[in-house]
Amino acid sequence: MKSDQPETIERYTPNERSHHWITAIAFVLLALSGLALFHPSMFWLTALFGGGQWTRILHPFIGLVLFVSFALLAGRFWAHNMIDADDRQWLRRFNDVIAKREDALPAAGRYNAGQKVLFFLMVICVVALLLSGLVIWRRYFGDAFSPGVIRAAAVVHAFFAFTMIVGIIVHVYAAIWVKGSIRAMTRGTVTLGWARKHHAKWFRQSVK
Amino acid sequence: MALQSLDIKRRSATTVTPPSAREPSTGGVAKLIDVSKCIGCKACQAACMEWNDLRDEIGGTSGVYDNPADLTAQSWTVMRFTEYENPSGGLEWLIRKDGCMHCEDPACLKACPSPGAIVQYTNGIVDFHEENCIGCGYCISACPFDVPRISKKDNRAYKCTLCSDRVAVGQEPACVKTCPTGAIMFGAKDDMKAQADERIVDLKARGFEHAGLYDPKGVGGTHVMYVLHHADQPSLYHGLPDDPHISPFVSLWKGVTKPLALGAMALAALAGFFHYTRVGPDEVSDDEEAAARDEAQRIRSQHEERP
Repeated sequence: MKSDQPETIERYTPNERSHHWITAIAFVLLALSGLALFHPSMFWLTALFGGGQWTRILHPFIGLVLFVSFALLAGRFWAHNMIDADDRQWLRRFNDVIAKREDALPAAGRYNAGQKVLFFLMVICVVALLLSGLVIWRRYFGDAFSPGVIRAAAVVHAFFAFTMIVGIIVHVYAAIWVKGSIRAMTRGTVTLGWARKHHAKWFRQSVK
Repeated sequence: MALQSLDIKRRSATTVTPPSAREPSTGGVAKLIDVSKCIGCKACQAACMEWNDLRDEIGGTSGVYDNPADLTAQSWTVMRFTEYENPSGGLEWLIRKDGCMHCEDPACLKACPSPGAIVQYTNGIVDFHEENCIGCGYCISACPFDVPRISKKDNRAYKCTLCSDRVAVGQEPACVKTCPTGAIMFGAKDDMKAQADERIVDLKARGFEHAGLYDPKGVGGTHVMYVLHHADQPSLYHGLPDDPHISPFVSLWKGVTKPLALGAMALAALAGFFHYTRVGPDEVSDDEEAAARDEAQRIRSQHEERP
């Protein structure tokens, strides 16, 4: 290693990265096709999928891909997302997070409290989206539910899709804002400085 | 279906006002179905099949007169037979011609996500333009009368058009033309209401004190109306809704939710942009890298001392 290059440690294995990106690609396709049917001003997005009929056909199948992929991904990272006393303290100091005063925050483990809260929010969203999505999947389940249930499921689906999209906007922004994060998911490594600054407890466990 | 672009009052998944200079001076049209005159001959079903070139699969009998058993993508109207025992012990055979009610405020059109798949003409007829239909079935779940059906063959939704093609050239719908007892009438909605009023007076004189017109206000009135002998209990007629209206779920989902949610998503992205430009990126300085390197070395040397 050249001396002017900071030393790095591995944060995500190649399998973890591929798994994350399969989930991410499925999410992007779902958000685009879902928004296309959510608001008329977004209907042009159906062109990306080969028209309205194709958008309607593909969306639920991509949804199944996302659910399975996300469920396995959540299983991989579940144990790292348990919320402890430091995390509660971190959340109380959210103003310092926003203002970039990291010195005032308790040390984070592999994930900080914001990531953990987002993790469980996404778990709830994905489960709710799967269940409500099956109810409104007319092609295969249209005869199984009453119109009243389907109407309610459509609202539930829209609500959790909205929550998930906003959650992912936060997720993506955080990755852009905290420099040195994106390489964790594209190359698998982060610098020692990044690890110590943002995830001190994880840094101390990981240095061998 | 002709593209009568100047005669469209509402268009699905469209946020701007359609061309609206032209308005029919006679107001909307309506079909009036006088249930008390219907003999259940199903000539209207046959006429509908014939005019619209529809041929449903031949099914079996289910032990009742309803045939076919339900509305389908190929059967846009079905006679519904109900045997009703009235309080004085008499049996009444209530026969209702079921099909699209052509609501003035159509829930199907409100729920539809595909621009121009459902339109409402200025004369009040609600029509599906199947070439734009994406087959999602939102219209089916929204309809308070459970009318639209999706074809398994082409995955598009179908229902009664009120013979919009015939009406456009000054003819009455096929079912109206064929009805042998004159139970189905067609004309300007005001005229049909006047017609119904006369018939209701007549029915009341014959002992049906609750006779009345079914033109439910919950959906803004309908362009298919019934004269019922028991207008106080529409549900007697094979579950005709007593008070049909657009479900609050549909209004919520297709009303304020759409622009608010879209706006909130845009705001979330904008908030990120402005946060970045005000606070700046969260970077690791060279000093912090050096400090981390030193600490890593300390940890490693401790590991070596106490492996």
